[in-house]
Amino acid sequence: MDAMLSGLEMLLRADVLLALVIGSIGGVVIGAIPGVGPAVAIAILLPATFALDPIVGLTLLLGIYGSSMYGGALPAILINTPGTAVNALTTYDGHPLTRRGEARRAVALAYSASFFGGLFGIFCLILLTPVLAAVAPMFGSREIFMAALLGIVLVILAHRGQVFAAGMMACLGIFLQTLGLDAVTYTQRYTFGLTFLSSGINLIVVVLGLFALSQAFALLLERDASPRPATVGGGVFAGFREVWQHRRVAGVSSGFGVLMGIIPGVGEFTAQFLSYTYAQKTSRRPELFGKGAPEGLIASEASNNAVPAAAMIPLLALGVPGEALTAMMLSVFYVHNVVPGPQLFRNDLDFVYALYFALILLNLIVIVFLMTSTGLLTRIIRIPTRFLGVLILTMSFVGVYSLRNSISDCALAAGFGVFGLILRRLQLPIVPIILGMVLGGIMEVKLRSSLARVQTPLDMIDRPIAALIFAGIVVVIAVHVRGAVRAARFRRGRGE
Amino acid sequence: MPTGPDRPAFSRDRRPGDIVFAWAMLIAAAALLALIGEQTAHRAGAKLPTQPWFWPALSLAGMGVFGLLHLISGLRSDRLPGRWPEVGHWARSLEYAGWFLAYVLATPVIGYLPATLVFTLAMTARAGYRGPGAFAAAALAAVVIVVLFRAILQVRIPAGRVYEALPDGIRQVMMLYL
Repeated sequence: MDAMLSGLEMLLRADVLLALVIGSIGGVVIGAIPGVGPAVAIAILLPATFALDPIVGLTLLLGIYGSSMYGGALPAILINTPGTAVNALTTYDGHPLTRRGEARRAVALAYSASFFGGLFGIFCLILLTPVLAAVAPMFGSREIFMAALLGIVLVILAHRGQVFAAGMMACLGIFLQTLGLDAVTYTQRYTFGLTFLSSGINLIVVVLGLFALSQAFALLLERDASPRPATVGGGVFAGFREVWQHRRVAGVSSGFGVLMGIIPGVGEFTAQFLSYTYAQKTSRRPELFGKGAPEGLIASEASNNAVPAAAMIPLLALGVPGEALTAMMLSVFYVHNVVPGPQLFRNDLDFVYALYFALILLNLIVIVFLMTSTGLLTRIIRIPTRFLGVLILTMSFVGVYSLRNSISDCALAAGFGVFGLILRRLQLPIVPIILGMVLGGIMEVKLRSSLARVQTPLDMIDRPIAALIFAGIVVVIAVHVRGAVRAARFRRGRGE
Repeated sequence: MPTGPDRPAFSRDRRPGDIVFAWAMLIAAAALLALIGEQTAHRAGAKLPTQPWFWPALSLAGMGVFGLLHLISGLRSDRLPGRWPEVGHWARSLEYAGWFLAYVLATPVIGYLPATLVFTLAMTARAGYRGPGAFAAAALAAVVIVVLFRAILQVRIPAGRVYEALPDGIRQVMMLYL
């Protein structure tokens, strides 16, 4: 109880509240602009928060992380273009509603379902806190190594139809984090005699290149577009009533969001897919899905908004991020000297509670902002895309250059920008590179530190949690291989 | 091309330029792996996972294996025309990377505000916006970005060398905030 009150006190500082308001509203605005997205915004702003107090900087970025998906629903509904990638399914039923002249209803449903999913995720997180606090100290080097390995395996297998490409990118990420001076043996690894490579490649440089610069290049190279969204008149409060009428769909979808958020490497896309499928299969009118079904819209928005809070569970408890944004949040934590993991729950439980309260408060701020400012947001969506590219490029400079005032970092980021553009054009996955960098680093360190107690490979799994996670890895791979074999047999049976 | 169960075995959706990229990645992985002895050290008597070369070798081997499988699945998929125009499109992004690096190099010399103003105005023109409204919006955006990041958030961007030549009163303001 003391920790909870202390956490609340930490959050109720004027500077922290201001950061939360700016982050939350900024996140919605960023989410509403197609082509920007929270990854770009967090990558650009991260170095700018170095000078801020840790809780202020973290709250600002947490606000952007937790609120961007709210804003992303707006262009998905009004112009059939998702503001963030995870709002893609929202277009299926959101835009048909707009075409039928029911834009206000669609927007209201999206906001209300997002709010429901957001709060559901946070309450699950808070309920799981005592469990986390109890389990986290049981995670030693071996268990964290296994959890990171599970994350890598899952992020590869989660890219259905692109498993080989995802594997290649994850391995590239692992390789990138090995570059530079090996901190244990003090030997150079793949520096080619270049001084600037001795300190390795900074994750933020890679993130800014792959997400922000590549997006700017893509926007500048493509044909200019200036969307003209439909106007949304009147109040949007009626959505809460309609979400309540479909509370079963909202609840189950949020549950999927929480579950998929907790599992590293899975995230919003799988949660949305499962939720949408569930909503369609249990609907009295499944034929309406894809043509403006309210349950479809609720399933999409409730599930993706439940994920951010749930994704904080492995991040806070084990220091293992599950997707690109939590990987970035991990670097935010490190920059501000907050080390996630078992120690965080033992030593800084008040800080953990402050983060929970911040998540609740940001959802309240966002819903109030959206209910009153949707008209303003529809004007922001109209920014011409090539001009947006110019703005992203200009702001990316701040993110890269202010890290170390290094021209080499900027050149590397530009290189990763071109590489990211190629990946975007080929529709190949970018996220495994980031997770490979983060999880690869964790695996290397934890494997080394566990060797003191490991004589044979089997010793790696001689403790219950390590064995359980290893069994999980085996099961996940076995299920995937079984699915691939069955698909191949099916094709052979058809005589192909 | 058929998708799902109707798709030929071990094939996938392919985009123009896919094979060029797959070959490039595979060759890069193989070339880097060939340099492992030269670019990493070996410690006599140390356990395998603690060898400095272990993780680079493991990751490059994984990259090579996955890259080879990616290449094979690409070769077994239907080819879409437009490979080299697509590679040309990738190369066009180098122009914008060049603009970005010019901005980076100019900032410590002429200062953050002037460099940002010149960059946004030039890029706005390059992006095809030539009206006074677009230039005004670009200039306003440049000023807002500089004030927000350098004056308010105090990010670490060095003052321009040309600021030294400014009169006393304005030099202090420019060096600290712009």
